[in-house]
Amino acid sequence: MSNVWRAADVVDTRMETPTARTIRLRIPGLHGHLAGQHVDIRLTAPDGYQAVRSYSIASGGGRGALEPHELPDDELELTVEELADGEVSPYLVRGLQNGDQLEVRGPVGGWFVWRPGDTTPVQLIAGGSGVVPLMSMARAHAAAASTAPFRMLYSVRAPFSRYYTDELATLATDAAPLEVDYIYTRQAPPDSDAKPGRLTAEGLMQRVLPASDSPTFFICGSTPFVEAVSGWLVDAGHDPARVRTERYGGVGGTP
Amino acid sequence: MDKLRHMGIISSGFLGRRRTDDPRLPPGQYLTEGFPVLSAGPTPRIAKDDWAFTITTEKGDVHRWSWDEFMALPQEDVSTDIHCVTSWSKLGTSWRGVALDTLFKDVDTSFEYTMAHSYGGYTTNVPLADLLNGKAWVAHSFDGKDLEPEHGGPARLLVPHLYFWKSAKWVNGLQMLPQDQPGFWEQNGYNMYGDPWKEQRYW
Repeated sequence: MSNVWRAADVVDTRMETPTARTIRLRIPGLHGHLAGQHVDIRLTAPDGYQAVRSYSIASGGGRGALEPHELPDDELELTVEELADGEVSPYLVRGLQNGDQLEVRGPVGGWFVWRPGDTTPVQLIAGGSGVVPLMSMARAHAAAASTAPFRMLYSVRAPFSRYYTDELATLATDAAPLEVDYIYTRQAPPDSDAKPGRLTAEGLMQRVLPASDSPTFFICGSTPFVEAVSGWLVDAGHDPARVRTERYGGVGGTP
Repeated sequence: MDKLRHMGIISSGFLGRRRTDDPRLPPGQYLTEGFPVLSAGPTPRIAKDDWAFTITTEKGDVHRWSWDEFMALPQEDVSTDIHCVTSWSKLGTSWRGVALDTLFKDVDTSFEYTMAHSYGGYTTNVPLADLLNGKAWVAHSFDGKDLEPEHGGPARLLVPHLYFWKSAKWVNGLQMLPQDQPGFWEQNGYNMYGDPWKEQRYW
């Protein structure tokens, strides 16, 4: 089924930040998806020109950002970051409207996914819009009321660049608690003592589950971010086999 | 013709910018000038002194090359287009490495399939016929420089006529197989063969 293009209806949208938009799609024939998977989106211009890009799924376990939060089996949500030099993302963020249709292939992926039956402690590490597939996992974790310890480290440029802020705060008090730490690379919140700055190896180790917990890591962000973070984790004694990575421009990237 | 048949749903506000009707571009691919990275886990760091490449046959014969032995083999410069399953293609990339024809010269096997193995545990399956007759290399240089670790250095498989996940990074060996078996991505949703001209992306 993954190779079949299906028509999808845009059910609802919401801007998450000034440059990122959550899009709810209804895809007749879809029967749910795994947390962390991606879909391919195909757009066709009036002259027949087509462009295809991969986008990570943001919904998980039948939960999404938009009202109502409960999703039927044939719906999913994406969050798309607009890239200044992008070809597809500006249209998805600025042009697409409720009731429009586009084509979807997938969901795809069986590696960068979290399954609700897994009780292993999980450390999610997001750089910027890399939070999208990790949010899918956090939602699936909450929806399943999973007892697996979950922690998220989310590196963003500034408070206004955060996705899902209120929902992440809520998930932290849910039946399946999620601990969330933020790193602000350019501008910290006014009420914060933290100085903005890039994540360091030391800062990373202070904010992730220890090697003694044998956590599974899911890291998603830009290539330099993923390279640095995964390298530091391995240097700190985490088993490379438990470090799963995904990058922009890789599977699920958002060019 | 393919384009007309799959015309799809028109997005009237979508114009698209990179209109390349380049015949070198397989269906559903777009051109990139960068070199995106795709990998499933941390980048393994392998010193050339510790590196080795092996071909293992059904008889248990192990053909092994150390880095120095590998670099002493006849080297080829390859200019080729590469196509990633995530839809980017890069044209006219420059590589240097050893042809699999050279590595298989003294290998006696009747098996027709291979599993490529990499440092870090990655695997991918490639039929032997797709590795021979000037179709594939073990490449150690890109654009005249040593291959960066994040792109698969010290050496990666280069099988440019298939989607690029078949060009296993950090490759360290080939195991001959009597029948086709799925490797890492092939067990995780991706096509067994991966011909970009037939858009064999997923299951």
